[in-house]
Amino acid sequence: MFNVTRRQALAASGGLLTTLLAPQRFAAAAAGSTLNIAYNVNLPSFDPEIGPSSVNPTIQAIYRSVFDQYIGQKPNLSFEPGLLTGWGWNNDKSKIWMDVRQNVVWHDGSPFTPEDVVWSIQREGKQGGGNPVSFIWAGIDNFKIDGKRITADVKQYDPVIFKWMAFLTGYVLPKAYYEKVGADGFEKKPIGTGPYMVDAYEGNAYLRLKANPKYWGGKPPFETVVFKFVPDATSRVAEIESGSSDITLEVPYEEYDRLRVKAGLKGECHPVSDIAQIFITNGGVMDDKNVRLAMCHAVDKVAIVKRLMRGYGTAISTLEAPGYAAFDPSIKVTHDPALAAKLLGASGYSKAKPVKFTIQTTRGYKPKDYEMIQAIVGMWRNVGIEANIEIYDIAKHFELRMSHKLAPAAFYNWGNAIGDPTCSTGFAMFSKSPHSAWHSDDLDAKIGPLWGEKDEAKRIAGWKAVDRYIAEQGYILPLLQYWQPILYKSDLKVIPNGSGALQPATLVKKA
Amino acid sequence: MLLAIVLNRMAMALVTLAGVAVVVFVLLRVVPGDPVSMMISPGATPADIAALKAHYGLDAPLLTQFGIWVKGIVTGDFGTSITLHRSVTEILADRLPATLELAALALVVAVALGGGVAVAGTLMSRTPGEAVIDGLNSIMLAVPDFIWAMALVLLFVVAIPVLPLTGRIDPVLAVGFRTNFYLTESILTGRFAVAGNILSHMVMPTVALALPLAAVITRLLKQSLKEAMVQDYVLLARIKGFRELRLVLQEALRNAVGPTLALTGVQFTFLIGGTVIVERIFSYPGIGNLAIDAVVNRDFPLIQGLVLLFGLIFILINIGVDLTVATLNPRLRHA
Repeated sequence: MFNVTRRQALAASGGLLTTLLAPQRFAAAAAGSTLNIAYNVNLPSFDPEIGPSSVNPTIQAIYRSVFDQYIGQKPNLSFEPGLLTGWGWNNDKSKIWMDVRQNVVWHDGSPFTPEDVVWSIQREGKQGGGNPVSFIWAGIDNFKIDGKRITADVKQYDPVIFKWMAFLTGYVLPKAYYEKVGADGFEKKPIGTGPYMVDAYEGNAYLRLKANPKYWGGKPPFETVVFKFVPDATSRVAEIESGSSDITLEVPYEEYDRLRVKAGLKGECHPVSDIAQIFITNGGVMDDKNVRLAMCHAVDKVAIVKRLMRGYGTAISTLEAPGYAAFDPSIKVTHDPALAAKLLGASGYSKAKPVKFTIQTTRGYKPKDYEMIQAIVGMWRNVGIEANIEIYDIAKHFELRMSHKLAPAAFYNWGNAIGDPTCSTGFAMFSKSPHSAWHSDDLDAKIGPLWGEKDEAKRIAGWKAVDRYIAEQGYILPLLQYWQPILYKSDLKVIPNGSGALQPATLVKKA
Repeated sequence: MLLAIVLNRMAMALVTLAGVAVVVFVLLRVVPGDPVSMMISPGATPADIAALKAHYGLDAPLLTQFGIWVKGIVTGDFGTSITLHRSVTEILADRLPATLELAALALVVAVALGGGVAVAGTLMSRTPGEAVIDGLNSIMLAVPDFIWAMALVLLFVVAIPVLPLTGRIDPVLAVGFRTNFYLTESILTGRFAVAGNILSHMVMPTVALALPLAAVITRLLKQSLKEAMVQDYVLLARIKGFRELRLVLQEALRNAVGPTLALTGVQFTFLIGGTVIVERIFSYPGIGNLAIDAVVNRDFPLIQGLVLLFGLIFILINIGVDLTVATLNPRLRHA
């Protein structure tokens, strides 16, 4: 039988009291070489190539801490060498070549080789292998390795294939190690070539990383990095305010404004590659161009940014945000309620006889999503549009969108960390994409030829023309580009990342 | 007789669990939102989508999928989580201990607090002190656990930062646990400093979960005690010169505790349900926190496993309560 002696009981009480009455615990975390991050999502799986986590943009900062991508990406979204030091096409663009970085080792000390790159691409491209974007990788085949250079055939020209190598699932995993330990073994003890090595992990609680002393990119700035998984925004605020964490992100803008001026804390809030938009699904009243354009002109996006987002957002007129490759500032959809009312009048609608439809939105999935839709519905009401708000969760949105059964209007946010128009306008508006809502032949005819356009200048110009056409037709209602609030202790220096990925190895330093 | 009760309840439990299994399986597939639509990329073709569905076994007819799942359950295999890429059985075995320790500690605190306040209230009967206790108890009863959680965070993390907010243990502590019962194991192995650290992480979620249950216990037990205190056997003891505290604890409590015990059992199941939100707020790695992610990601195998586990826990608690009440009350035992 287990008996607790008085001495043992005293020791336990002492342990508890020491923990409770030790405020220096908070200071020590900031002052030492440990970086505590109150992170907004949980890490469900370590495999950056397979399953839902692999295409979750928010998790990429963690993956990039442990693994390296084929090609790296700078905070301004431009590209830089990663595990590939060079890459390109042959003259007729039927083959690609990739130069593999030398003298890189995996976390277990084994050498990184071109075989790892080939194996990773083949694994990612295996249909039915669980990679959600396998179609990207499956187009590369017939690999040949010659020293540090890999060449391969492409089934068809894809202008963004190298951009995907810096994007979702574009990671290199260790062939020999993975084949030795298997999927289960890899989940239990993952290794990469990245700046940090996995030290300890408890799902829904934390991930502790330690610096990789042999990292090819130089010594990481912190010996230890702890990602605390804190999905509750209020708890993240408490973490940073109490000093328990050194840095956090995605807090409510009101809290950001309150805390960024507090002694000992600093804040950065910058645009990221994530936009808010309202999908329009064709059919019913949405087939009326006047109704669609009235919806667009009635919305005062600047007021939404100013009043709801406290100024932390950028109003947009197309699906290309500033900084994206096909952003065209000359395309403007103005806020013009008089024009909206006139357009509706031409179709027989007025405030007395409004056009009616349903708009779907999430609530609390993105900052101010529901409030934004409430404001928009109010603006619409003033010109003769009566929209009924239906709240749904994000899983329902995906299923409805995939089966083309969204309500006539549906709020959604759309990320595009590589800034290429194929990943914004292309996939959101081309009817063959399972993620599009507006399906029409006229638009498909304009988008179709751009997928394989080999002349880059012509390709980007083509996408700009498509964006202009979409704005003129009112096929979608782009709202705003999100800004990401980051709060951190004043003894840190943080470089905001255009993709929104808070990478501790390269973007957070001691001040 | 007790054995008969146990066997009867176990048989009913199996039927209930079978019903739960069917309902959760069908509901998940009827409600919009499936895991594949959550992860397909914008450029995926119908063939890509079909391949992903096949990869996760979602392409077979519903009856076939159900058959495969049930066959797995019989052998202890609840399938593989879509998001965590691990066996559901393994995941549940990893996470359940955290929730059990939290719930058990919350129950102990609730019983001690609720029982103590009920006894104090009985002793202060018809004094201003009783009104104060009733008033405070009404507040505890009216405020849900997650509001208590937020209030505790404001008080002990923001205003007076003495308690850690997130996790189950300080991440910088290198600890090699053999089981996932961290608190129990650290106490049993004499690692009391570690136990103290774990307890410090459990204080706020425990109190948040315990307060509403303590209020329920106080209200019912106090009422039962008041009724018992006017019974003849208490009167006789009072005439014999017993002090009030002894009257309450020795004479009235044993007879008054039955209904409270039964209700506490029922309320304990609600407490375990409450861990879902409370674990989220405190980033506590139990099955409640896991359940939210599973639902958000439409991780069918994990949701199914979790619902069955919750169902099993509720059934076992109810059986336990019934047996305890029957043991304490001979009339029920021989009914």
